[in-house]
Amino acid sequence: MTRNLIIGTALSSLVLLAALVSFVWTPFDHAVMNIPAKLQTPNLSHWLGTDHFGRDIFSMVMVGARTSIAVALVAVGIGMSIGIPLGLTAAARSGSGLDELIMRGNDLVFAFPSLVIAILITAIFGAGAVNAIIAIGIFNIPVFARITRGASLSLWQREFILAARVSGKGLARISAEHILPNIANLLIVQGTIQFSLGILAEAGLSYVGLGAQPPTPSWGRMLADAQTMVSFAPHLALIPGSAIIVTVLGLNLMGDGLRDWLDPKLRVART
Amino acid sequence: MQGLFSHWRATRTYFCYTIGNRRFFICDLTFLLRSLWTFSRRPSNVPPMIRYSLKRLLSLILSLAVASLVIFFVIEIAPGDPASFMLGINAQPDTVAALRIELGLDQSKFARYADWVGGMVQGDFGTSYTYRTPVAGMISDRLWVSLPLALYALILSTLIAFPAGIYAASRRGKTGDMAVMGATQLGVAVPNFWFAMMLVLIFAINLRWFNAGGFAGWDKGLLAGLHSLTLPAISLALPQAAILARVMRSALLDILGEDFMRTARAKGLSRRQALWRHGLRNAMIPVLTIIGLQFSFLLAGAIIIEQVFYLPGLGRLVFQAISARDLIVVESVVMLLVFAVITVNFLVDLAYAAVDPRLRNRT
Repeated sequence: MTRNLIIGTALSSLVLLAALVSFVWTPFDHAVMNIPAKLQTPNLSHWLGTDHFGRDIFSMVMVGARTSIAVALVAVGIGMSIGIPLGLTAAARSGSGLDELIMRGNDLVFAFPSLVIAILITAIFGAGAVNAIIAIGIFNIPVFARITRGASLSLWQREFILAARVSGKGLARISAEHILPNIANLLIVQGTIQFSLGILAEAGLSYVGLGAQPPTPSWGRMLADAQTMVSFAPHLALIPGSAIIVTVLGLNLMGDGLRDWLDPKLRVART
Repeated sequence: MQGLFSHWRATRTYFCYTIGNRRFFICDLTFLLRSLWTFSRRPSNVPPMIRYSLKRLLSLILSLAVASLVIFFVIEIAPGDPASFMLGINAQPDTVAALRIELGLDQSKFARYADWVGGMVQGDFGTSYTYRTPVAGMISDRLWVSLPLALYALILSTLIAFPAGIYAASRRGKTGDMAVMGATQLGVAVPNFWFAMMLVLIFAINLRWFNAGGFAGWDKGLLAGLHSLTLPAISLALPQAAILARVMRSALLDILGEDFMRTARAKGLSRRQALWRHGLRNAMIPVLTIIGLQFSFLLAGAIIIEQVFYLPGLGRLVFQAISARDLIVVESVVMLLVFAVITVNFLVDLAYAAVDPRLRNRT
């Protein structure tokens, strides 16, 4: 276990815990407005203060973690469940027209930054958390397809794959039984990184109003609301911003740590 | 090159057909594609660099064509008719019909697609549904904010990342390296729009060194324009600088393990001299690739930052257009951004091949 992995896992678990606890308990109801108690700075009853409607920020941040995690998780899920099979197929039939088609398609999707995909989707279906998920998810597909193909290609040259072919296994079975387990580490690490990018993307989309719509609390939306009040209530911007930073930092450190820990070559080199 | 053009001319009349209003352009494009295809495949004495460039050009044109198809038909399936949206719910059906004809919405999808693409190639992006002004003019006005902003951010990010990456690599494993790497971890994790808000809070509201938002305009002078783009550029540059510094460091560390670096040390250069003379130049290839990719990210990322600073750039244009259902503006801006990304990637590929001859023979 490296230090990165420990710190990263701790930070990520903290955020995950806050999101899970928010299902059963929050200090206040995150949606209840209490105008007389508006714009309080952190104090004993409202641990992180209140916003311009008197809503408890600590509760909103907890529930916001739920939105962020859900959006990023599903988006990574979309990217993995479509991207990995595409990458495996491209590698299994490398050099064929199919491989070419998949990789060119990838390049094309890659040319649309996630924000541009989100704008396109919003222009058609309107803003919302589901559309944000789709936008971030589509952007994740080429990332996973490319990394899967790249890692699988060298595996296809190995003797144990040749042995599997000689024993009569088909391309699909070899991909599933021999290639996939051998690149799983890499995919998990990339998944962690895409997860953190997904959280940043969700925050950005919500900030410009393309993501989660009110009353669903979201860190990005909290920041958008805070913008006009940042001069007299900076804690409104500082707190959700710190939540985003802690989550992304935690996930990135965890990804780095996992890579070092799971990579046998690095492990041998260290000991 | 002479062969390409004569081939193009010889087959010219073969492919003339009419689609939409843009007959000549479409026919020219098919010729260009066919000629490029046959030319890039013909085993001839064409230098590999030119053949490689033509191949990449062919795939560039194909990518742009597919991208434009996707954008156009994705926007096409959007619910809601722009004409009835513009006129409101109380509009008479015949007024709506008249406006549909005026906007060209009565033509077939295919004809409108051909018209849109053909127009764009000639610099005519059509007419905005809501403003009734040429979209090209609206875009070029906004581009004068977004493009300098992206360039400014790119320069800043390079200026921060190079020294940081070189410093970290030269002090590998020591406190300085740890500090720089820690800072880059933080830089990657900070959302740029939040960082922008913090910059506004500190430098605009408290210190009053900059304006909190808005754009002075280039007519007030270069310095005034740059001054109002400084905070946005810094906030855009920060996460990119963090990524670039990490790439710079790992590229340098890879190079430091190479045999020729040992040779450089063996012939009497100090660590620092070897790093500057031989390490840096060889580490530049991956770094330049990342810089090329970052430019397109900066251009797209500017959309959010423009919202923070109320800058009249492409981002604000596209958001206004979405809320007004001005679809022709949305699709043109999106196409422009995609065009920028694909073209920059193309140029990076060419630069790569120019530097590294081994890449030219690859397909």
